[in-house]
Amino acid sequence: MVDARLTKRLDLRGSVARLSVPPLVLLLLLAACVFLTVGSLISARFAEQTVIGLASGGVYAILALAIVLIYRATEVINFAQGEMAMISTYIAWQLIQWGVAFWAAFFATLAISFVGGMLLELVVIRPVERAGVLAVVVVTIGLVFVMQAGAAWIWSSDLKFFPSAFHASPIRVGGVAFSLQDLGTIGVSIAAVVVLWFFFQFTKTGLAMRAAALRPAAARLVGIRVGWMLALGWGLAAVLGAIAGMMIAPTSVSGGLQPTSMDVVLIYAFAAAILGGIENPAGAVVGGLALGVFLALLTSYVDVVTSELRLPVALGALLAVLLIRPNGLFGRAVVRRV
Amino acid sequence: MTALLELSDVEARYGPIKALHGVTLTVDEGQITAVLGANGAGKTTTLRAISNTVRRTGKIRFDGKPLARGGPESVARRGIAHVPEGRGTFAELTVTENLRLGAYTRRGALKDDLRRVHSYFPWIERRGGQQAGTLSGGEQQMLALARAFMQRPRLMLLDEPSLGLAPIVVSEIFRIVKELNEQEGVAVLVAEQNANIALQVADTAYVLEVGRIALSGPSADLQKDESVRKSYLGY
Repeated sequence: MVDARLTKRLDLRGSVARLSVPPLVLLLLLAACVFLTVGSLISARFAEQTVIGLASGGVYAILALAIVLIYRATEVINFAQGEMAMISTYIAWQLIQWGVAFWAAFFATLAISFVGGMLLELVVIRPVERAGVLAVVVVTIGLVFVMQAGAAWIWSSDLKFFPSAFHASPIRVGGVAFSLQDLGTIGVSIAAVVVLWFFFQFTKTGLAMRAAALRPAAARLVGIRVGWMLALGWGLAAVLGAIAGMMIAPTSVSGGLQPTSMDVVLIYAFAAAILGGIENPAGAVVGGLALGVFLALLTSYVDVVTSELRLPVALGALLAVLLIRPNGLFGRAVVRRV
Repeated sequence: MTALLELSDVEARYGPIKALHGVTLTVDEGQITAVLGANGAGKTTTLRAISNTVRRTGKIRFDGKPLARGGPESVARRGIAHVPEGRGTFAELTVTENLRLGAYTRRGALKDDLRRVHSYFPWIERRGGQQAGTLSGGEQQMLALARAFMQRPRLMLLDEPSLGLAPIVVSEIFRIVKELNEQEGVAVLVAEQNANIALQVADTAYVLEVGRIALSGPSADLQKDESVRKSYLGY
């Protein structure tokens, strides 16, 4: 009996990834959405905090997506993701310093980051790739320090003021004050997720990247240059990091721009990625948003949780979720053929 | 008859173990050629040597020009579609996505090719959105064939298409292979343990024994050969 069931499962070739979100998780998310909507309608403060949470959550989600992107392709956790974002943000800052308009600097930075991310993969990651996942992970940890030192050497460690793209005065809707920075960040995050989804779902290159990540050997047989797809993945991850960095730098979460300013953000992003299930892009987005809103509401309503306690509380929440669902909210237990 | 693919004295090894000891064979344009043999005879390795998924020595010419050693992706770009052992379909992706990937090396619209695929495999049209991993074994093998066909190859390498399938499904698959060969002019090199069915559709066949060609000739002759009948056909 057990045997028959086991063979049936193995027949599906071990790693079929159906998007099967457990009903309980779905119900929980639905309940959370209802709670947030009703709360926002009743209380202005609640609505403000929800939007603040969605804004920072959007940034965590974008950075978490970058982590998931590289993890899915190579099973490497890129510890340098935050520092890549930091360098990108410095480049944007430098461009703006030189008098480039914000949005021009924004898109120029995305292009530079894309090329930079690809170069990083080709020059630093690829040579050690054959040494195994662990070696690459250690190299990314090394990159953290190299990039921090590099940034401090070029731009000094002094806190830099990073301008916001959005007008400072808030808009009021029915007695609720929304900061345009937050609304803008939410908008940019949504746009980034939609564009990324469209790219992976509908373009030939996006499909090829997914195929290369899932089954490199089979992908090569249909003519896909798997090495290039990996480099492309690093380029995209760098672009996502740049977006996250430029959106969060003007806010209090990172506290301005300095070589270490993305450290904390990266930890939130890791938490978001693991919360959602490290292999699942949709999970990363939901995890990021959930974490952002949860923290915003908690620090606002529970007096004991001051901003110093944000990080420990975030990790505590992560731990609690992992105790119940070890593979994350959207993760699935991986069945592998031995 | 012109030779499309020529292997001369091809050797291949996995680490210290030599799997091919100088294989020489020819696949003619528009023909079906079978490679027969028992487990471990080197059938799979022969196909792998062609698609550059195993290290090899010796000469391989395709369409008159040597096959460079740039890795499997460059072989695919020359117009050789390899359906490997285990089919090489992407179980996590949908049927349509698998077909789109088959056409990766080509430019232009796929509509026409999809229509042709649907004419050979009518069920695919209705189930394009289904995840490939949830198809039955026979359907997955057909999808692998369809995927290879989307590449518009001049040569298809099929590695044991009969593996693990019911006899009725096996004959269905070989019927389609024959159809693709006759109507689209695709040459086929098929490695098979099931000598019976392979000899029915193939024009020429080679028998491999421990990494060497033991016997070769037109399928009709091999079918009559005493030793082939005893060792591989079982009557």
